[in-house]
Amino acid sequence: MKNLRFYIPVSVFVVLAVVMWRGLYLDPKELPSMLIDKPLPAFALTTVEGAAITQQDLPQQVFLLNVWGSYCLPCLIEHPTLMRLAEAGEIPVVGVNYRDKQELALRWLDDNGNPFAFSILDEDGRFGIDLGVYGAPETYLVDAEGVIRFRHVSVLDEQVWAEKFVPAIAELRRENN
Amino acid sequence: MLPELGQFSLILAFCLSIILGSLPIVGASTNNLLWMSLARPLAAGIFVFLAISILILAYAFATDDFSVQFVAQHSNSLLPTRYKLTAVWGGHEGSFLLWTFMLSGWMLAVAIFSKSMPLDFVARVLGVLGILCVGYILFMLATSNPFDRIVPLPPAEGADLNSALQDFGFIIHPPTLYMGYVGFSVVFAFAIAALLSGRLDAAWARWSRPWANVAWAILTIGIALGSWWAYYELGWGGWWAWDPVENPPLITWLFGTALIHSLAVTEKRGVFKSWTVLLAILAFSGSLLGTFITRSGLLTSVHAFASDPGRGVFILAILGIAVGGSLLLFALRAPLMKSEFGFEPLSREIFLLANNVLLVVAAASVFLGTLFPMVYQALTDNLISIGPPYFNAIFVPLMGILVVLLGIGPITRWKKTSLVFLTSQLSKVAMLSVVLGVVIPLVIVLRFSFAATITIVLAAWILLSMLRDIKNKTANKPDLRSGLKALSGSYYGMQLAHIGVVVMMIGVALTSSFSAEKSVLLAPSESIDLGDYQFQFNGTLPVTGPNYIGDEATFIVTKGGNPVTELYPQRRLYLASGTPSTEMAIDAGILRDLFITLGEVKENGAWSMTIYIKPFIRWVWLGAILMACGGMLAAADKRYRRLRSRSEEKAVNSGRAGLRTAI
Repeated sequence: MKNLRFYIPVSVFVVLAVVMWRGLYLDPKELPSMLIDKPLPAFALTTVEGAAITQQDLPQQVFLLNVWGSYCLPCLIEHPTLMRLAEAGEIPVVGVNYRDKQELALRWLDDNGNPFAFSILDEDGRFGIDLGVYGAPETYLVDAEGVIRFRHVSVLDEQVWAEKFVPAIAELRRENN
Repeated sequence: MLPELGQFSLILAFCLSIILGSLPIVGASTNNLLWMSLARPLAAGIFVFLAISILILAYAFATDDFSVQFVAQHSNSLLPTRYKLTAVWGGHEGSFLLWTFMLSGWMLAVAIFSKSMPLDFVARVLGVLGILCVGYILFMLATSNPFDRIVPLPPAEGADLNSALQDFGFIIHPPTLYMGYVGFSVVFAFAIAALLSGRLDAAWARWSRPWANVAWAILTIGIALGSWWAYYELGWGGWWAWDPVENPPLITWLFGTALIHSLAVTEKRGVFKSWTVLLAILAFSGSLLGTFITRSGLLTSVHAFASDPGRGVFILAILGIAVGGSLLLFALRAPLMKSEFGFEPLSREIFLLANNVLLVVAAASVFLGTLFPMVYQALTDNLISIGPPYFNAIFVPLMGILVVLLGIGPITRWKKTSLVFLTSQLSKVAMLSVVLGVVIPLVIVLRFSFAATITIVLAAWILLSMLRDIKNKTANKPDLRSGLKALSGSYYGMQLAHIGVVVMMIGVALTSSFSAEKSVLLAPSESIDLGDYQFQFNGTLPVTGPNYIGDEATFIVTKGGNPVTELYPQRRLYLASGTPSTEMAIDAGILRDLFITLGEVKENGAWSMTIYIKPFIRWVWLGAILMACGGMLAAADKRYRRLRSRSEEKAVNSGRAGLRTAI
């Protein structure tokens, strides 16, 4: 069976292909943020409108922290969901205006509507880096103590809201009671 | 309407690919002349329809048609036209269209420049390429359609091309790299056609060689362009980072380098046949693997396109069918091939085999280092990263041995070389190299440096033994000039490429050993010394570009009080995306580069910045250019054309013989 050695390359390849197939499902996006179950990083910035703001000013209840920017097309896609949540008063939404220009951000809010209790102006992206942001849009679920409990990368639409956030929030609220 | 035509054209190309991938191959094995002769026109048709597709996409960019999602994501009305047009390959979908279009270009070239090959062989080669086209176009239509629209509400403005891509390097690096990459598909198709027909002979090797050389030369240039671009655009002062997406082209290149050497043995001596076929498959696998890694989000890197596991599964399926299938075919057919001649333990064959082993080991280690973090994560759920120390520790010694052998290999003879002959040829060369290596650095910089000495010893070793070889080869001619004239184009190509290796080695070694850099905070009118140079900072002025605003700094560089140059690095903010970006300023020179990257301004008006001196960095790319020219020169060798008519008859005959043995 000297000819068996000619099967070595294809056997090695089969092993590799299986490993790569496994590797595909190790999407780096699915990795939990390093900050899960850690408090939000401290900050002293301004809102998009220009008022000074620190972590003390965040809502003292479960809220969403949504990373957005006027340059970000997917943010427009999730915008109606955020508007609905804000109007229905389901949960407070705080924005992080990530790597944007203040005037562009203001115009964007004017044009599209403002679902945010306020938006933290993070022009140079420092707060985003502390938070471990990959890119807008991202949404963090923060509990009443200011601890990050859940993170969702990319668009938050109604389906994601119903499947991922609603159960997580119910869980949190149950914990509190 | 036009984008829909583009998509329709893509679908037409897909239909033609299905025919090309089936009828000519079946025709070749059932001896159906009509089906075989379909191959060339079908290849031309696929090229035409893909050309229409890519032109329509470019037109959508040029006219700011933001209803096309791909355009909206990668362009902006303020973007300069040259970047609008090249933004076609600024994202996953469009760049994959470019990739497929390049493949069809190679197919057209095969259809045109294959007059010397028998029809059944051409039909099989184009058929295999047609099958690849089916996979690629289906992938686009199913998961990555560049013509997808945003309905019902198209945005009024696009998100802009990534600011790091808005540069001359972006215009030329991706197309060149893709062209080289995809070129190895052609060599792969030759190998598969040979396996299918059972005709693995010298004629097959001779047909493959010019294609392999050209693909290799273009890939060399493509990688060098990427390195050069990263060097001046990313501003981290390096030229190679062992990034997971840089590595697959290098893996392909290493396999390709082994392949072009192995093909030489197969053509000249009729040995290493199955090994050569395997290398052709591996080089192609390297190129597919590159696609897979970049586009699946398997590894995170600066090059990564938006990741999407669905696409990953699709590419993995293509990879599995193409690579797995061809390796299986190899396992079934390779045992049928017998070497026609033997060779002695000391012969040129052995040196070329050593070259192959070293290059393949190098490629395998780069591959392991690239994929290991993922394997590790799959097994343990922990993240690790493998950095330059691993790659350097393995790669540098391997290349060192390769360079030592490179001095001996070309001087050896086919089949059998005596040790006495080699020592008589090379002992003086070796001694002279060592003397030069010790003396030259001492004379120039007045101090001993281990890195410089090793570099010069190796460089002298290759160059001197090359001269020795040329002397041998011209010895039986009346004078040097007629001797030089009698040497073939492929011989000169080889020597030129080997000089390229020397030049690149000098560049890599010296720039790695003697670079200097300093990160400082300078207020206007302050100055700083680095090496022999003084850098005087004369403040900044605001600048405005078509789609960015920024600050431009002025530096006066002097050396011992004499003016050298002025440098104007910029700090830019791209308006559409809000991303900051730094434009470094470079004073390039054959012996050293000076460059400055501008950081941020601090409260007191001082700017942070990094200043670099990079000796001999240009030699890295100059070496690559020489290698590529060598490859092209070898591919242009007269004998590939001269043998056309004769080889045709021979090929038909040996093809029949091969077919009989296979059956």
